[in-house]
Amino acid sequence: MKKLQHIGLGLFLVGLALFTSLIFLGKYEVNSELFQTFVSNKGIKSELFISNINANVVDKTFTNPFAFSSKITSALETANATHKAANEWDKVIWDKPHSFSFELAKQVGSGLIQENKGLFWWLTFGLGIFGALLYIVPNVITLGPPGIKNNGIYLNAATNRGWIGWFAFVFLVGFYILLYFRPDYIVNWVYLVDPISESISGNAASQWFLYGFLYCVVMIVMAIRMYIKYRHNKYQILRTTSVLFFQIVFAFLIPEILVRFEKPWYDFKNAFPLDYDFFFSWNLDQLIASGGLGLFILVWGIVLTLVIVPLMVYFFGKRWYCSWVCGCGGLAETLGDPYRQLSDKSLKAWKLERWLVHGVLVFALFMTGLTLYSYFSGAQQVIGLKTQTIQDIYGFLIGSIFAGVIGTGFYPIFGNRVWCRFGCPLAAYLGLVQRFKSRFRITTNGGQCISCGNCSTYCEQGIDVRAYAQKGENIVRASCVGCGICSAVCPRGVLKLENGPEKGRINPTEILLGNDVDLMDLINQK
Amino acid sequence: MEHIVIIGNGISGVTAARHIRKLSDKKITIVSAESDFFFSRTALMYVYMGHMKFEHTQPYENWFWKKNRIDLKKGFVSSIDTNSKTLHFADKDTLIYDKLIIATGSKPNKFGWPGQDLKGVQGLYHKQDLENLEVYAPNNKTCKRAVIVGGGLIGIELAEMLHSRHIPVTFLVRESSFWNGVLPDGESQMINEEILKNGIDLRLSNNLKEIVSDENGKVKSVIIEETDEEITCDFVGLTAGVSPNINFIKESNIETNRGVLVNRFLETNIKDVYAIGDCAEQRETIGNRRPIEAVWYTGRMMGETVAQTICGNKIQYKPGHWFNSAKFFDIEYQTYGWVHGQKGKPDYEQHFHWMHEDRTKCITIAYHKTTNLFLGINTFGIRMRHEIFDKWLNEGRDVTYVLEHLADANFDPEFYKLHEKDIVAQFNTENNTNVQLKKKSWKRIFSIQA
Repeated sequence: MKKLQHIGLGLFLVGLALFTSLIFLGKYEVNSELFQTFVSNKGIKSELFISNINANVVDKTFTNPFAFSSKITSALETANATHKAANEWDKVIWDKPHSFSFELAKQVGSGLIQENKGLFWWLTFGLGIFGALLYIVPNVITLGPPGIKNNGIYLNAATNRGWIGWFAFVFLVGFYILLYFRPDYIVNWVYLVDPISESISGNAASQWFLYGFLYCVVMIVMAIRMYIKYRHNKYQILRTTSVLFFQIVFAFLIPEILVRFEKPWYDFKNAFPLDYDFFFSWNLDQLIASGGLGLFILVWGIVLTLVIVPLMVYFFGKRWYCSWVCGCGGLAETLGDPYRQLSDKSLKAWKLERWLVHGVLVFALFMTGLTLYSYFSGAQQVIGLKTQTIQDIYGFLIGSIFAGVIGTGFYPIFGNRVWCRFGCPLAAYLGLVQRFKSRFRITTNGGQCISCGNCSTYCEQGIDVRAYAQKGENIVRASCVGCGICSAVCPRGVLKLENGPEKGRINPTEILLGNDVDLMDLINQK
Repeated sequence: MEHIVIIGNGISGVTAARHIRKLSDKKITIVSAESDFFFSRTALMYVYMGHMKFEHTQPYENWFWKKNRIDLKKGFVSSIDTNSKTLHFADKDTLIYDKLIIATGSKPNKFGWPGQDLKGVQGLYHKQDLENLEVYAPNNKTCKRAVIVGGGLIGIELAEMLHSRHIPVTFLVRESSFWNGVLPDGESQMINEEILKNGIDLRLSNNLKEIVSDENGKVKSVIIEETDEEITCDFVGLTAGVSPNINFIKESNIETNRGVLVNRFLETNIKDVYAIGDCAEQRETIGNRRPIEAVWYTGRMMGETVAQTICGNKIQYKPGHWFNSAKFFDIEYQTYGWVHGQKGKPDYEQHFHWMHEDRTKCITIAYHKTTNLFLGINTFGIRMRHEIFDKWLNEGRDVTYVLEHLADANFDPEFYKLHEKDIVAQFNTENNTNVQLKKKSWKRIFSIQA
């Protein structure tokens, strides 16, 4: 069995290495005819840019994406700088340079990978999936009988912030930086999923399709790991199935199918303010222009945030969203599960969390306020602030850096819920409802706690669960996403997630159950 | 300012310190030779198994003590002079107290076996035991086989620990079935099966005769009393219970028996000296409880109680209904009230036993033969609510009531398969009764907290 797992790991690593090496391959050739079409499709009016590309790129061959990207982006930036200086605003190309370069590269790339998309899909995705499963599935036997098997987690360099963890960290951060900021470098990766994209939406893949597809694949593979690890725990099985379903159907298939029918791409479960650009003018315009469905989405998005989300939190706690539905939560609970113990449990971290997460919520609401004001008034600036600039700052800092690079890239170092705990504005909103008006709590079972600390150690949100449990108090915390792992790892059956009457939900105790001190005496004598 | 000195930074001593601080401004010093900060020794096993790091076993962050003005002194108390109220330390240091709380806990039992002090022979209690375990049984290359002597809760935990590092384990149990001095037969048998299922070489009715040394003073093998069989091993775990850790008190004026003798106010025979936790021995027994209870939560309760007394609100130590919990490999165990094993079971105690067909879940309900009064429950593989059973025991409910309302007591995670129907049906068949299971009621469950 161990041998099988080692082979699996080997195959996975080969697939991963091959996948990574694809970045450095490929051939990029722009002929003048193709460039003409591109220019007219994009409506480019900058003759400076056109002549620059004609001189330096057209009919030349590039053997890696970096040189190609560098030529295109520098041409674009030089042209823009000149036009801006000359106030020739209609000639400025407003696209992000690397997204622009990605578009062109995607059309002109050729070579082994572009010509053998299917084969390379199998050599990268295929090998990776097969190898990972070969590594994971034998756990049914090697982990021993069903039950909590966290053996060796802190003795393993992959899960105790050892060298494997740091390696994974560098890889993940690198991946997100490429995805968000250098899509033109990963054209070859996008080619791999072109056939799949074409079969679903009818269009060639973008880097976002690649990301969505990869997201689903990773979640499926790691969900199988969850199913095996927690096969004795029905709460975990159902929860994992739920996040998987919502990711694949709601976040991936439905939006792509909508595109096939020339409707706006929309993820019906992605609630504002996590879906921070919902009220951006381009989205509102698109929705309004899309007829009945567009209007439905508009109304649905507002009702989801204002009515459904808080109402569900009242009845079930924020877990219904964060660990049963949400895509970010879904990745955290599957890919991130091996890292949940790395969250910081200190009081300092809790203080930082409250400032940050509520700060982001305020930022999101502020930005949306500006956006809506601009939308209805037509003013580009409000109280001296350019709406577009604020949106760009939010998109860069929160949408890309915090949610992606830090949120997922830092899994192996700071645990799997960095984004959900410190950054997600929706989580902050849900948390406020959960803390002050909800039926959800984690009940502590009388005086049974032995302060062992498994609950706190495995809390991905860094809640010091034990601090409550050992005092006999229920756990009612804004940040709790109700993953249920504290209850699962408790060796003494002390913790239970449940929805019950609000009365008595928060229960500070003077003396623990089991000690028959006469409480009235105690209070009278004070 | 009155100076309260507490010897021992375990759960008892630390709970006492915390509550004294809540109630007063007294100067508090906790003395320990074992560790710098309070840690949960019940979690030592998880450190060895790699579930946690040692710092995770510390319930309070290191700044907690200073912030709460609880002084920590590392040192080994060698003697107590109660006349001058002075502690003498092994390093010749001294400390004067106004009131003293002895909370020194336990040490593993050694029954004079030949070879019991060899290298690679140890109990599992102290932080140092964990460190030694890493020396003598870090993996299955250094330790090709381990032998555990004593079939109690610590023994089975040690077996699980060593098993987690793939070290073959031979488990010597004196009794004819695991822990059957405490557990009824059906449950004890189920745990035997669980132990075997995990690949442990379980030897029931086997006693240790001798531990054999190699040329370096390290354990080489053990010899079994009954068969004279010699088992080669690199590690021996002595887990035949614990006893109060009070050797340093024997020379003082403080009266001791097996433990430090205390009255119901946890006072010793010497004024201003108290004893709590594992090391305290009650002069008068409390209900069915033993005079010395080496249980996590009793230490905590004594700490809560003595703090009241020391802060001027003199109250008796009054533990409520017995409860406890443990985990045997993958099977969780909880008990509320009294359920006796074959040994020591009173004549009036009748048992109803239900076992799930997969033999990993079972319950035993004890009730009075003639009055049907509910006496207690053992539950394996099914979690149950402490509050509910405490309430039912207070209210003097009978077995019928308990079975009718069993759904209220379930504490398993949501969506778990429930077994109350099967349990009640079996009871009805066996006793020719017609108990009807009631639906779970939040109102009843939470009326406790209202």
